Amino acid sequence: MQAQTLSGGFDRPPVQSAHAFRAVMDAMARPGRISRISGAQPPAPLSIAAGSVLLTLCDTDTPVYLAGDTDTDDVRAWLAFHTGAPLTGPSHATFAVGGWSSLMPLSAYAIGTSEYPDRSATLLVECTELSASGARLTGPGIQSEAALSLPDVQSFQDNSALFPLGLDFIFTCGGHLAALPRSTKVS
Amino acid sequence: MTDQAYNFAYLDEQTKRMIRRAILKGLAIPGYQVPFASREMPMPYGWGTGGVQVSAAVLTPEDTFKVIDQGADDTTNAVSIRSFFERTAGVRTTTATCEASVIQTRHRIPEEPLTENQILVYQVPIPEPLRFLEPRESETRKMHSLEEYGLMHVKLYEDIARHGHIATSYAYPVKVEGRYVMDPSPIPKFDNPKLGDMHAVQLFGAGREQRIYALPPYTQVVSLDFEDHPFEASKADHSCGLCGATDSYLDEVITDDQGGRMFVCSDTDYCEGRRAAGFVGDMSADNPAAAMMAAQPTLEIQT
Repeated sequence: MQAQTLSGGFDRPPVQSAHAFRAVMDAMARPGRISRISGAQPPAPLSIAAGSVLLTLCDTDTPVYLAGDTDTDDVRAWLAFHTGAPLTGPSHATFAVGGWSSLMPLSAYAIGTSEYPDRSATLLVECTELSASGARLTGPGIQSEAALSLPDVQSFQDNSALFPLGLDFIFTCGGHLAALPRSTKVS
Repeated sequence: MTDQAYNFAYLDEQTKRMIRRAILKGLAIPGYQVPFASREMPMPYGWGTGGVQVSAAVLTPEDTFKVIDQGADDTTNAVSIRSFFERTAGVRTTTATCEASVIQTRHRIPEEPLTENQILVYQVPIPEPLRFLEPRESETRKMHSLEEYGLMHVKLYEDIARHGHIATSYAYPVKVEGRYVMDPSPIPKFDNPKLGDMHAVQLFGAGREQRIYALPPYTQVVSLDFEDHPFEASKADHSCGLCGATDSYLDEVITDDQGGRMFVCSDTDYCEGRRAAGFVGDMSADNPAAAMMAAQPTLEIQT
């Protein structure tokens, strides 16, 4: 076992996960807003933001899908040690993490059922940049409109058309994150 | 056992993760009730166990926490929940609305408009707005999934047929983003218009019923009504006896057994703030006319 596996977690879990959750909640409640998040030092290629979200939200109850180049031995061991989350394929994943293209196709993930729309996946999309420009966002949580650099537009329009079903996205880049729930209209 | 023997904010970390995941799904699907594995709390059901669990999941050590019970900061429920989090989370508490970052509330929305930096956590007894019309959970779940809300309109119509107007005065059902009909918890319908204009995040927790739901800021929230019987946010047609406010929600207080009564702001912080700013109501002790009335011994008048 690598020493790196054991380090890089929260050293004060109750307080650090509380701060990290507030950053995630703030992002999810206000789509397009970019929040800072910290606490975790995950192995490459995971960003600090993606690692912190995983430590805050994942445990043995949440199957995780490591997409593309995030599926390394180091990441697997780190996630297993710090969260105990079982690894799975896209169709059973509660959380999936990876670059936008490696997460494709979106049709592979659970979008919930009409009686339980909450039983849907949350995708952590690792981005090379995150800025308040690009696609125009409207909907709950946004006073008039917001903008966010999205990797695609059509996929998110298709996703919001499924409302109340659909996927929820968290975009991570370094120590920052933003979110796009299914309720947001993208144009 | 010392207070330090508890985890931060009482709940264990796995429970908080489960609640946090439910909160995020709730925010993503505004108005939809997310099931969660509600825990036993060291207080009885009906005393805000749902709100307490949601508050425990969102609090950070830097937060300032306020609890109101039907507007008041000084009632048993509010005092005990405030001291619960003082002891288990070590957070600063306050009674001033503007100083609080997390406000847990039982059945009121503060009069003072909330800001983007605040979170409002509601205690919810019965989260299902259709429950008194259809007792079976399997049926109400199907009704939500099919957007079948005709029964709720029949209920409001029966109000009109019986009373001539919609007599529902609290827990007045709302429709969120044109999709889910939601119980805003038993807030007076006077507070309903504030639900949609809110700058703060609103989280609803029902402990016994094991449901969490949420409204992100600026979510479209419409109180159900009819074209010929539009929704009206009503309140007692008086001004506050202590601070003279005409725009706040009022409680009726019986003052003697001779039919004496007064109306006072239900939001105690709002009322105290106005009185500190020099506003005086008809029945305030600071009002010369009222003070003279109060000074007369009522027993002598009777004999």
